Amino acid sequence: MSNPFPGEHPEWLWRDPDPKSSYDAVIIGGGGHGLATAYYLAKNHGMTNIAIVEKGWLAGGNMARNTTIIRSNYLWDESAAIYEHALKLWEELPEELDYDFLFSQRGVLNLAHSLGDVRDSVRRVEANRLNGVDAEWLTPEEVQKVCPIVNISEDVRYPVLGATFQPRAGIAKHDHVAWAFARACDAMGVDIIQNCEVTGFIKDGNRVVGVETTRGRINAGAVGMVAAGHSSVLADLAGFRLPVQSHPLQALVSELYEPVHPTVVMSNYVHVYVSQAHKGELVMGAGVDQYNGYGQRGSFHVIEHQMAAALELFPIFGRAHLLRTWAGIVDVCPDASPIMGPTPVENLYVNAGWGTGGFKATPAAGWAMAHTMATGEAHELNKPFGLERFTTGHLIDEHGAAGVAH
Amino acid sequence: MLQIKCPWCGLRDETEYKYGGQAHVAHPEDPAVLTDEEWAEYLFFRDNPKGPFAERWVHGGGCRRWFNVVRDTRTYEVLAVYTNNEPRPEISLALGSVAAAGGTP
Ligand SMILES: Cc1cc2nc3c(=O)[nH]c(=O)nc-3n(C[C@H](O)[C@H](O)[C@H](O)COP(=O)(O)OP(=O)(O)OC[C@H]3O[C@@H](n4cnc5c(N)ncnc54)[C@H](O)[C@@H]3O)c2cc1C
Ligand SMILES: [Zn+2]
Repeated sequence: MSNPFPGEHPEWLWRDPDPKSSYDAVIIGGGGHGLATAYYLAKNHGMTNIAIVEKGWLAGGNMARNTTIIRSNYLWDESAAIYEHALKLWEELPEELDYDFLFSQRGVLNLAHSLGDVRDSVRRVEANRLNGVDAEWLTPEEVQKVCPIVNISEDVRYPVLGATFQPRAGIAKHDHVAWAFARACDAMGVDIIQNCEVTGFIKDGNRVVGVETTRGRINAGAVGMVAAGHSSVLADLAGFRLPVQSHPLQALVSELYEPVHPTVVMSNYVHVYVSQAHKGELVMGAGVDQYNGYGQRGSFHVIEHQMAAALELFPIFGRAHLLRTWAGIVDVCPDASPIMGPTPVENLYVNAGWGTGGFKATPAAGWAMAHTMATGEAHELNKPFGLERFTTGHLIDEHGAAGVAH
Repeated sequence: MLQIKCPWCGLRDETEYKYGGQAHVAHPEDPAVLTDEEWAEYLFFRDNPKGPFAERWVHGGGCRRWFNVVRDTRTYEVLAVYTNNEPRPEISLALGSVAAAGGTP
């Protein structure tokens, strides 16, 4: 495998083309999901006369801002299917894309701190196993074997009563994932058009036939909206509503430390999740800011709260220094599950509502979205996630597994 | 952190408040006659604008009363605060500025 020297500034891995006047398909949004959609449209469906249009720079949205946790231990069959499909693709992608984006299957612990937590967690472990997802229930002592720095003392406000553990879960280098997909897309002829904002939809009756952009009009056979935090803004332009709310979601990193944290720890109850990046920063996140916001920043008390929670779980972090905080804009759905499929407008497809947890799903979301755009119909994987579920009432409630944030 | 001026208690930190989402969403007059689509709209669909947004807040850590705020979701600037008995103030979308009385920025 060729070594792209992760960590160093890469050579340009893709062209910077001007938009053509027409494509077979246009994908709005050059984040991870838009890139993966283009990749599988080209690879699985032979559609290479396609473009990704991105209002900023490639993968500068949530793809650049997430804490990179990858796991598939969700509760319901529909979720397990799509997240596990993603995890299997993650396991193959470094080889397939010929790019070592540091996918590290170091496992994820989801801590339980109350009797309710314990019961929910054990239930989820059993559900995961039935769906072929690797999952274990660990006692506090077993938790400490996996992650020696977790405080399992009973003498704290919210003692650790156990945890679920998914050994195949882990983290990856998000920017490198984006660049790997971008290089592969470009090589297959996909145009990646940056600094190009979609400002309107061109319709023939109820059928979308193109998009207006800040770089001119682009005609398109099919259009996919893959805009994460800005999904409602685009739906508004297209003339329909989405049941999502955009919130700031913050994260932080510490200064670099020697390796102390071998896995990923999440706690819904005290509200934090922590891993240690390859270079050594402690990476932490928590829940969304309560208000709607498009500002890519949040309130500092949310950061204070997650640091307090981290300190309770990891007393060893007492002298760690905060280096940087930031926020992305996440599109949160009422049932904490995504929306993928056709829209009320013909030839216009949507992938949205991944909220706080869509990075892990990147390859499967692209896989299913590509199928949907190429064939006009949902793939088995995204059929349950259509917009119509809010009318039928067939919600996929993943608030438990989605947890603190993702 | 946001600071919001409660109509009854004055300017307080965000941590004293809880968010209530979009304001002015009325409970259906006659729930029995709603179609499934209308129920879906009422239960799950809320506006999510990038710009001025009329939203509800409750002063949970103070007087415990609900009221309305118009806030710009791009800058988070509070453009108006008004009680449930007052009409939504006119806010110019382009300028994001208060065009009528009813609150303080
Ligand atoms: C702080 C934080 C931590 C997170 N942690 C995790 C985690 O640990 N694990 C996990 O699974 N998920 C996590 N997530 C969620 C995850 O990042 C998102 O669900 C996922 O990145 C969304 O898909 P995307 O990559 O395509 O989004 P984005 O990268 O946001 O892509 C959307 C793109 O659309 C573009 N766009 C918007 N409007 C227009 C327009 N009109 N015209 C053209 N382009 C437009 C935007 O500029 C943007 O680049 C986290 C998110 C945040 C913010
Ligand atoms: Zn008050």
